[in-house]
Amino acid sequence: MNQPTLDHAHAAIEFNKNEPRVNWHDETLWFVRTKRDRAVAQIPEWEQLREAASQIKNHVLSNMHDLLVQFEENAKRNGITVHWAADGAEHNAIIHGLIQKAGATRMVKSKSMLTEECHLNDYLTKHGIEVIDSDLGERIVQMRKEPPSHIVMPAIHLTKADVGDTFHEHLGTEKGATDPQYLTEAARQHLRDTFLTRKVALTGVNFAIAETGGFVVCTNEGNADMGAHLADVHIAAMGFEKIIPRAEHLGVFLRLLARSATGQPITTFSSHFHKPRPGQEMHIVIVDNGRSRQLGRPDFRNSLKCIRCAACMNTCPVYRRSGGHSYHSAVAGPIGSILAPNLDMKQNADLPFASTLCGSCSNVCPVKIDIHDQLYKWRQVLMQEGYGPAAKTVSMKAMATVLESPRLYRMAGKVGRGVLRFAPVTVENRFNPWYNQREMPEPPAESFRDWYINNKKA
Amino acid sequence: MKVGLFIPCYIDQFYPKVAIATLKLLEKVGCDVDYPLQQTCCGQPMANSGYEHLTGGCNDNFVSNFAGYDYIVSPSGSCTLHIKHHLHGTNETAATEIRSRIYELTEFLTDVLKISSLEATFPYKVGLHQSCHGQRGLHLAQMSELVAPPYSKPVQLLNLVKDLELIQLDRRDECCGFGGTFCVTEEAVSAKMGKDRVADHLRHGVHYITGVDVSCLMHLEGILKRANSNVQVKHIAEILTATI
Ligand code: SF4
Repeated sequence: MNQPTLDHAHAAIEFNKNEPRVNWHDETLWFVRTKRDRAVAQIPEWEQLREAASQIKNHVLSNMHDLLVQFEENAKRNGITVHWAADGAEHNAIIHGLIQKAGATRMVKSKSMLTEECHLNDYLTKHGIEVIDSDLGERIVQMRKEPPSHIVMPAIHLTKADVGDTFHEHLGTEKGATDPQYLTEAARQHLRDTFLTRKVALTGVNFAIAETGGFVVCTNEGNADMGAHLADVHIAAMGFEKIIPRAEHLGVFLRLLARSATGQPITTFSSHFHKPRPGQEMHIVIVDNGRSRQLGRPDFRNSLKCIRCAACMNTCPVYRRSGGHSYHSAVAGPIGSILAPNLDMKQNADLPFASTLCGSCSNVCPVKIDIHDQLYKWRQVLMQEGYGPAAKTVSMKAMATVLESPRLYRMAGKVGRGVLRFAPVTVENRFNPWYNQREMPEPPAESFRDWYINNKKA
Repeated sequence: MKVGLFIPCYIDQFYPKVAIATLKLLEKVGCDVDYPLQQTCCGQPMANSGYEHLTGGCNDNFVSNFAGYDYIVSPSGSCTLHIKHHLHGTNETAATEIRSRIYELTEFLTDVLKISSLEATFPYKVGLHQSCHGQRGLHLAQMSELVAPPYSKPVQLLNLVKDLELIQLDRRDECCGFGGTFCVTEEAVSAKMGKDRVADHLRHGVHYITGVDVSCLMHLEGILKRANSNVQVKHIAEILTATI
């Protein structure tokens, strides 16, 4: 939020200065990945479920307009007011307007990555509205004035001791207390008061159903329900890709979502909202914010299938060792690295390179997004559009010239078996970063080609 | 059956012994192998860095070296995958042919030649590093993320080696962090991933780490050497041709 933005590689260097902490972060997320593996292994038709989800989402991407119109009609019929926002600014202004209309100066929010994407909290705070995040993890990072580092577990980068310190400072818990039970109880008391006194509650949307005009919110803490049930005004914010055609499709997505996210069979609360209760106002804000642009890019439209389960983050070996904040974008990890360049190519040109293209993300993705292939494609787009460092482009051109010419290649090879010397980084950096923590391979006396000519060629 | 041997540039320059072992192995199982002398690089370092548009010259050179073979075989999953997915050229017909005829060494031995015995002995504890491009890209082995029956082409071959003891890793197919230019542009994460991968092997008391991709092995070797470990890396071709 208030931090200067380092590119991913440099933020990762910072993160890796504390190796025990990196180990802890890696193991914590790997534990979730393992839980996910155990959970999905119990569903023999898991791969068919993924395929079904992917096909439903294909249908959604191809019929986006019609489904959204259908949803709007049905939602209105149910008594929900539907708003459309072209971008983050409009989204924020609409929500601010609704709060003002309700005569409120305070609001309670359940977790919504869309509001992070639109920087809603900052905006409302600037306009004198107090916002309390009610998801425990989100509340913790909010107190620390940090953005979430993970879309499902926003405070996963913090240890129990970090949380203890934060609560001591903000909620007056005992200094040095780290007992989860004690800390959770303190948070519960604090949030209970919040729920009881807020007239306006905002929730995210996991699935909006075109057929019924209703929507579903999944949480493990029930905080979305508490907020929405006690407030006079319930505002739900959704990116337009959250639409699914029919209620019967929920069975597919709800089975996939929780297992992929945390290894649970289903989230503790899957709350269905269809109409305001008597006396309550219900609003839904449907947001574009670059989504139609992404829908129009054939290579990247698949990214809009994402149901935000975070499985790709948990499995990503780079994410686990660089932390969510290193992605400097609301959605971190592999999927975030595809979504972010769509929002701002210049700002986020580094992110598609924060991957080894190992492909694990594409394999865990419950809706079968070709994540690592899209990362590869973004690299091509970004470099062709000129968002690469100039030195890199120069060295890549030199490298191409050498490698496309057998004669130059052999000459270069002979010069101290120097192929690595043509790696772009030796131009970009004064010191060879390979050597920082690794030995170089020992150059042999002759290349294979020389050996072949000497030993095999008659 | 005429086999064109594709030796990626860094193997040619730094690991000729892997290329020699590959050649020996292919000849031993009865292939007529030819090594086209004008080959250089598959173009992957540029392409993965976002400069696929600069790989035209490499591609054409590749096509002129390898057009006309029944099979093209390479001891590198990653370069094989790159050619399979991204080789195009002035002669697109020849490029298309090549894309469908290129094989990584272990898949060639198991799928095409259907090797069921080998004269090799390697009396050591070995850890197999499943390189991602081979495993997830070329499907050389089942992936831990998918719900599907297990199989592994490299393991199938290692099981044919006398006295070799293959150990089980805690994380059986996690990436080692090499990732092409990632190994230098994201040095901090890359080195950490490599250290963690090596530690998994060391925990299980291996003597050797093997794999189908020399690039990953080069990275792991660099880390082992820096730590003064006496554990060594060997490409799978070296083990499949080992005798005592
Ligand atoms: S891209 Fe796939 S795995 Fe990643 S958060 Fe979205 S749905 Fe989950």
